[in-house]
Amino acid sequence: MKVRAQIGMVLNLDKCIGCHTCSVTCKNVWTSRDGVEYAWFNNVETKPGIGYPRDWENQQRWKGGWQRTASGKLVPRQGVKWRILANIFANPSLPEIDDYYEPFTFDYDHLKSAPEMEAFPTARPRSLVSGERIEKIEWGPNWEEILGGEFAKRSKDYNFEGVQKEIYGEYENTFMMYLPRLCEHCLNPACVASCPSGAIYKREEDGVVLIDQEKCRGWRMCVSGCPYKKIYYNWESGKSEKCTFCYPRIESGMPTVCSETCVGRIRYLGVMLYDADRIAEAASVAGETDLYDAQLGIFLDPNDPAVIEAARAEGVPEDWIEAARRSPVWKMAMEWKVAFPLHPEYRTLPMVWYIPPLSPIKNAAEAGMLGHDTEMPDVKNLRIPVRYLANMLTAGDEAPVVRALERMLAMRAYMRGVKVNGEADATIAEKVGLDALTIEEMYHVMAIANYEDRFVIPTTHREQVEDAYDLRGGCGFTDGNQCSVGSSGGKLFGSRKIVLPAAE
Amino acid sequence: MNQFLFGTLPYIALTVLLIGSVARYERDPATWKSSSSQLLRRRMLMWGSVLFHVGVLVVFFGHLFGLLLPVEFWDALGVKHEWKQALAAIGGGIAGAMALIGALLLIVRRLSDPRVAASSSFADTAIIIILAIQLVLGLATVPVSLANMDGHEMVKLMNWANGIFTFDGAAASYIADVPLIFKAHIVLGLIIFILFPFTRLVHLVSGLAAFVRYMLRPGFQIVRSRKGKRA
Repeated sequence: MKVRAQIGMVLNLDKCIGCHTCSVTCKNVWTSRDGVEYAWFNNVETKPGIGYPRDWENQQRWKGGWQRTASGKLVPRQGVKWRILANIFANPSLPEIDDYYEPFTFDYDHLKSAPEMEAFPTARPRSLVSGERIEKIEWGPNWEEILGGEFAKRSKDYNFEGVQKEIYGEYENTFMMYLPRLCEHCLNPACVASCPSGAIYKREEDGVVLIDQEKCRGWRMCVSGCPYKKIYYNWESGKSEKCTFCYPRIESGMPTVCSETCVGRIRYLGVMLYDADRIAEAASVAGETDLYDAQLGIFLDPNDPAVIEAARAEGVPEDWIEAARRSPVWKMAMEWKVAFPLHPEYRTLPMVWYIPPLSPIKNAAEAGMLGHDTEMPDVKNLRIPVRYLANMLTAGDEAPVVRALERMLAMRAYMRGVKVNGEADATIAEKVGLDALTIEEMYHVMAIANYEDRFVIPTTHREQVEDAYDLRGGCGFTDGNQCSVGSSGGKLFGSRKIVLPAAE
Repeated sequence: MNQFLFGTLPYIALTVLLIGSVARYERDPATWKSSSSQLLRRRMLMWGSVLFHVGVLVVFFGHLFGLLLPVEFWDALGVKHEWKQALAAIGGGIAGAMALIGALLLIVRRLSDPRVAASSSFADTAIIIILAIQLVLGLATVPVSLANMDGHEMVKLMNWANGIFTFDGAAASYIADVPLIFKAHIVLGLIIFILFPFTRLVHLVSGLAAFVRYMLRPGFQIVRSRKGKRA
C-alpha cells in the first residue's frame, strides 16, 4: 500500500444554475492572454449537446484516454509510444481551433469613430488570430447554451447511447442540465502518458497535474491524449497549457477560483487518500461498468488505523490525514455514494466528481400524485433519462445513479417532513439505505453547504521541501523564464519582451 | 576567400551553433519549442509537414553519416566509392525532392493562410524559405554528381568534412576545385548552422531527444515527488 493524498473536487450538478461565474473568473485569472483567448480551463456546457470543443466525447475521433488491449494492458488510445512519436510531425487527432472557436473581438472603435450615417454604426466581429473580419461567428465556447441550436445537431451527444433520443427532441419531453468542466487531475492521466518531452507531471503531494512550460516543446500529443480536451495549445507561445487547479491558492489552503466564486455553492474540495500501487490495476479492469467501483476501491479510509499508519510512513502530513477525515469529497463519493467520476470508461481515474442533477417529473399526472410528502417519485420518471446520466457518470451502469438520485430525493422528502410537517420520518432514510443522522448531515453539507463544509483544504508543507528564507525578494510568478523576463533587453531567441508598467 | 569560406567559416558556424544553443537552452528555455501552427490550420500541414520532415531527416542523417564517417571506414566496409555516390545521389535525390515538395507546401501555407501568416514571425518565414533554397541547391548537385560517377568529387567533400572535425588546417584546400554548386550548398549550409540557435530549428534537438527519452521512459506516468526536482 502506497498512500498518496490528492485534493479532489465534487460538483453538485443538482444546484448548478449555469451562470458561468466559474468560467469567467477562471478566464480572468488564467487565460486572458494572447494565444489562449479560445481556451477555457473551466467551461460550462448545456447538455445534451456536443460541447466544447465540438464532439469532445467522441474518442473514436479524438483518440483521448486509454485503451485496454486484449492482453489486459493499458495503452493510450492514440497508440503505443512509437505510434505517438510517429504522429509528431502532424497529429491526425488534433482538433483545429475552429473546433473550439476562432477567438474574436469587435470593432468597438467604429462605434465612436464612424462618420454620420443613415444607419446606426455597429461593431462587427474581427478575428483575434488573423486580425481579419469575421463575417459570421459560427461557433463559440457555449454555443449550445440552454438548448441553443437544432436538436438534430445537439443530439449527436455521445451520452444518448442506448437512449431513444428522438422523443427528447419534442418540446414537451425536452430536458437539459449544466455540466461545468475542468481538468480532472486524473490518477492515471493520459496527457502525462502521451507527452514525449516528459513535460507534464502529477505532483505527489496534492495530485495536481501541471505542465512544465520550460520543458514543453509543443509536440501537442497531450491535446489529443486528454479525453476531456482540457489541455489547450497556446498558439502564441507554442506551448500547451491547462487548468492548474489554482495551485498557488490550494497550497495556501484557499479554494480554486472557480470554487470560491461559485454562487450556487456547488463545488466542494477535500483530501482523498488513495493507494498509488493499485492505480494500474483499477484502471485496467476488464468491464467498463466496473471502472467506477474499481476507482472507489483504491480510495483509502482515512479513519482506518492501518491507513493512517501507512500514510504517516509515506510522509503524508498529519493535518492532511486529519483533513481527509473531514473531507466532503470522501463523504459524497464514498459514504453517501452520490458523486461519480466523469466518464470512467476513459480509464483515467478522474478526480473531479459530479453529483447527478434531479429534474422535474415527466408526467404532470404523476407529479400530482406527489401530494404525500413521504412518497417518493420513481427516478425513472425524472425528465433527464437515467441512462443519459449513467452514460456520462458510470459508463452506462444505471444502478449507482438511481441510488444516488433516490438518496437525494429521500433527503428532500425527509427534510420536508422535518421543516414543513415538523416530524422526522426515519423510514424514508431506511428505504434508501441511510439513517436519519446521515440524511441530516447530507442536508447540512449538500444543501446548506457552508464555506467550511465545502472547502477542507490543508495548506501545503513547504517547510519539508525548501528553505522559505531563500524565497525572500524572489520574482514570484513569471512567464516561465525565472527573473530574466524582460530584462535581457532584446528578443535574441524570439521570446516576447514583457514591459512592466513603470511606477506612477 | 576559399580558406575563409571553407576553412574558417565552419568553425565560426559550429561555435555559434553550439554556444548559441546552449545559451538559449539555459537563458530562455521557454522559447525552445517546435512552434507548431497545426492548431490554427490543418489544411496543407498534414502532407507538407510529413513530407518535409521525413525528407529532411533522411537528408540530414545521410549527410551526417556520409560526410563525417571517414573514407577509410567505408573502404573497410567494402563500399565502393561509386556505390556510395550513387546511393547519395539517388537516395538523397528522392528524400530531397520529398522535403522540397513539403517545404513548398509549407511556404505556400505560411504565406497564404491568414491565420498562419499573422502568427508567423519573420524568422519562421525566413527559415523555411532558406531551407527550401538549400534543398534546391542540394538537388542541383545531383545532376552534376551523376555526370561523374567515379566518386572522386565525393571523396574530396568527405575529406574536407573530416578535416574540419580533425582540425586539419589544410581542409579548405581539399575542395578548392569542386564545382561551384557544391560550394554554394556548403556555404548556405554553414549559414543555416549559424541561424540554428536563433530560430525554431532548435526543436530538431528536442525531437531527437524526445524520441530517445520517451522510448526509454519507464512506463507512461511521471510523478514529481516532494523532494525530487525541487531540492
